[in-house]
Amino acid sequence: MVAGNDYIRKTRSAPQPTIVVGMIEVHELTKRYGDKTAVDGLTFTVRPGIVTGFLGPNGAGKSTTMRIILGLDRPTSGTATVNGRPYAAHSAPLHEVGALLEARAVHTGRSAYHHLLAMAATTGIPTSRVDEVIDIVGLHEVARKRAGGFSLGMGQRLGIACALLGNPKTLILDEPVNGLDPEGILWIRNLMQGLAANGRTVFVSSHLMNEMAVTAEHLIVVGRGRLIADVSVTEFIEQAAQNTVRVRSPQAAALHDLLVGPDVAITSIGRGVFEVSGLSAERIGEVAAGAGLTLYELSPRQPSLEEAFMALTHDAVEYAATAARPLAGAGRAAQ
Amino acid sequence: MTALDRRPAATAGHLRVTQRRVIRSEWIKFWSLRSTTITLAAAVLIFIGIGLLAASMFASGELDGDGPSNPVDLSLAGMDFAQLVLGTLGVLFMAGEYSTGMIRSSLAAVPGRLGILWGKAVVFAFVVFGLMLVSALIAFLGGQAIIGDGGASLSDLGAVRSVIGSAAYLTGAGLLGLALGALLRSTPAAISTYFAVMFLLSGIAGLLLPQSWQDNVGPYLPESAGAAMSEATRGDNDLTPWGGLLVFLAYLAAVGAGAAWRLKHKDA
Repeated sequence: MVAGNDYIRKTRSAPQPTIVVGMIEVHELTKRYGDKTAVDGLTFTVRPGIVTGFLGPNGAGKSTTMRIILGLDRPTSGTATVNGRPYAAHSAPLHEVGALLEARAVHTGRSAYHHLLAMAATTGIPTSRVDEVIDIVGLHEVARKRAGGFSLGMGQRLGIACALLGNPKTLILDEPVNGLDPEGILWIRNLMQGLAANGRTVFVSSHLMNEMAVTAEHLIVVGRGRLIADVSVTEFIEQAAQNTVRVRSPQAAALHDLLVGPDVAITSIGRGVFEVSGLSAERIGEVAAGAGLTLYELSPRQPSLEEAFMALTHDAVEYAATAARPLAGAGRAAQ
Repeated sequence: MTALDRRPAATAGHLRVTQRRVIRSEWIKFWSLRSTTITLAAAVLIFIGIGLLAASMFASGELDGDGPSNPVDLSLAGMDFAQLVLGTLGVLFMAGEYSTGMIRSSLAAVPGRLGILWGKAVVFAFVVFGLMLVSALIAFLGGQAIIGDGGASLSDLGAVRSVIGSAAYLTGAGLLGLALGALLRSTPAAISTYFAVMFLLSGIAGLLLPQSWQDNVGPYLPESAGAAMSEATRGDNDLTPWGGLLVFLAYLAAVGAGAAWRLKHKDA
């Protein structure tokens, strides 16, 4: 878990060298609903020029945090600022921050075109820009139809069109890939990376680690409202879960006894097969050779991203299935 | 995707949120819902239609002593029903934002929040007052033409006041719906509260309160205050037209203040 700020060097050429425009700063943020704490002392900074993923299981407080950043919810304590000010203190908010909120935030009886037109009117954005964003998100054909009849994917595109209206420096997107087809997912991924490459701040939430791994460069991982990690994607993948080694041997029991140690976890997979974490494949091979034990298989396994994410957050999952199988390291079993 | 290649603009000065722009945004919101035109058309038809119907029944002697017998009040009899429709429209204009989730987009665009409520009130009042004034005039002139000899004319004492007063009351009633929608954030809750206040309250007061209380409290109920603004005939205990206006405005201000406070201070 890296809480440091060495990721700054990974930021591609900073677009505005003087003041960091587009920076989102969340400081000691806490939000309670009655006796339930949705966000618990969260502190992090989101920088421009890269896509920052806001990752966590459902109920981790991602949407609440985003709503607080946008001034929709008031924090119980702590602060959230965009470009050094609370969102509500900006005189041209749509120009500062474009937001896509998780649930549809559109009147179902209004056409996409009129929705955007009404949003644009609040801050004097010309009608031509409305047509422009409709073309960008590919809703031209249905722009005059009622938004209530839109599919989830079309609704997401409309939300993104709204976020782009003011050509903002900062984009806050809550679960933008929800409901999109593979083509749509690729489209939003390219869009977000393009926006970041132009120097914008792109802060995007997701509960899908795999999606974030290909989209984001930096990750802010939360669970139960608390910060779990603030790391680059590469570091996260390296550190989140220990590598395991899969071992298959006809003398599994004997080998197991030789490998057991204080920092070693061994999980039985099946007859004659187990997984070891805390020891390298080389070391296991040496131990086996030293004792004259036969090995049928000795394969290091890189945990999948989703596994790494789950290993990191499994203590913080709000609605865990009761019979969830513990991940590597949790159980020690012998053949 | 040429529009994306642009870097974000450097200054935001000309893109400031102003109350005028918010009013324009609310104007677009108001007219881009099909329910608006349908509801407004219904209010106009009911207001004029019932007035003309009452006038023609009066002219043909079909009305017994129970209803209004003043030709001005007869021609404006549709007001009681139009206020039902306009109150609903007011509720929908505001509470519809909450039921659909639109409010989050609205508040993100106008983080000062209160501008949305004022913007909606201005648009609603402007449209509804204009439309109802014209409707009241048509109902009045049409009604008097049907009544014929016994009819009133605009030059009669209080006739113009009744026409303007009915339009003002209907606008106020609609605004009360709008404020209730903002206060309660729920269409069903706001509509039922509106109906209870405007229709049930006077009935309940009539049933439960002793006579002396009825005489003192009755005229101050919202509906009675509204009637005092618009009706040509006035009972002994009724408020004066200006008194009625003030009392109704006080109700509106109270609910509006509650709505503004909740909008400003509570999570959306």
